[in-house]
Amino acid sequence: METSFALTGKGYVIVAADTTAARSIVKMKVDQDKIKDLSPHLLMAYSGEPGDTVQFAEFVERNIRLYQIRNLYPLRPAAAASWIRRSLAESLRSRKPYSVNLLLGGYDTSLHTPNLYWVDYLGTVVEVPFAAHGYGSYFALSLLDRYHDPEASLEEGLATLKRCIDEVSKRLVIDPGKYKVKVVDKDGIREVEI
Amino acid sequence: MSIMELNGGSVIAMVGKDCVAIASDLRLGNQALGISSNYQRIFPVTDRVYVGLPGLATDVTTLRERFRYRVNMYTIKEEREIEPETFAHLVSSTLYEHRFGPYFIEPVMAGLSKTPSGGYKPFIAATDLIGCLNFAKDFVVAGTASAKLFGVAEGLWEPDLEAEDLFETISQTLLNAVDRDAYSGWGAIVHVITKDKIITRTLKARMD
Repeated sequence: METSFALTGKGYVIVAADTTAARSIVKMKVDQDKIKDLSPHLLMAYSGEPGDTVQFAEFVERNIRLYQIRNLYPLRPAAAASWIRRSLAESLRSRKPYSVNLLLGGYDTSLHTPNLYWVDYLGTVVEVPFAAHGYGSYFALSLLDRYHDPEASLEEGLATLKRCIDEVSKRLVIDPGKYKVKVVDKDGIREVEI
Repeated sequence: MSIMELNGGSVIAMVGKDCVAIASDLRLGNQALGISSNYQRIFPVTDRVYVGLPGLATDVTTLRERFRYRVNMYTIKEEREIEPETFAHLVSSTLYEHRFGPYFIEPVMAGLSKTPSGGYKPFIAATDLIGCLNFAKDFVVAGTASAKLFGVAEGLWEPDLEAEDLFETISQTLLNAVDRDAYSGWGAIVHVITKDKIITRTLKARMD
């Protein structure tokens, strides 16, 4: 089962997602990137029904890009979250809804704040200090309750993330394997090795 | 797995002497898993009307946006603010429009309505998910802890409570009711609406 985590800290958001693409009991791929860079300061980790995920993520990516081209400035995280939520909520009451769960991490360059949104396939959006999707969330959220610090430095944040990853590897029946970890802060997006 | 109980959460509104109060817990969950302990489901409509939207969280956002739009249109067309009674009917008709594919929300409204003599009269109402209005003279409840809220409110509420006493009554009712419900709790917020000010307080609650 797919797992993704995200947490905020002092001026940054860390987003992590496992890199396994599985179908039934078979691992198809172990290096899939499930985190999209939507804009210079916005990250989106996606999981859910295979097919829907990539289709929806690319749909969002292109529309956010289109906004940036038309207006010469990108959508801020809160506005992007609203737009994505609406897409999901409209899809929910259509003939074939997208079955995609998201974690949206962004840095608001106007307010200078890191923002993290937990989004599910129903179109539920909530701003949170830390979040997780998938079976990993049952282990990670309680760890994050204990160790998360909104004022933590990047090193401390990554250490907390490492705890979550290790705990899930240890306790979940199927180890999700490797993770891709991305950080967004005032300087933009970068990938981090963990 | 009931869709009305997927995200959890409860709202209550009470009438006092020349004041009304509306209160809610702050939990948002996914079945038994807690996601957020700061989820606001009560929204201001005008300076004197508040609405609480317990139920499916995606519809909380959708309905809040719909109500905002329809109230703004009303304000522009009528060139005056909407009265709580009118707003209650707006809520009811918005929900009934979706009679055969409803929004999974049971709204609770609280406000002060203007009387012809220039005074203010307390008003509370609630509807079911298809917009059947319930105008109550004492209190209204909704959400996953509604059964417990009814019981506690029935025991604690009395007529003509002053603003501060009403605050205490609604707070104790909510806090004690949500402690008996696994899907509600994780913090609480209370708004007391009086004729010259609105008192908003976040309560310290059990976080388990």
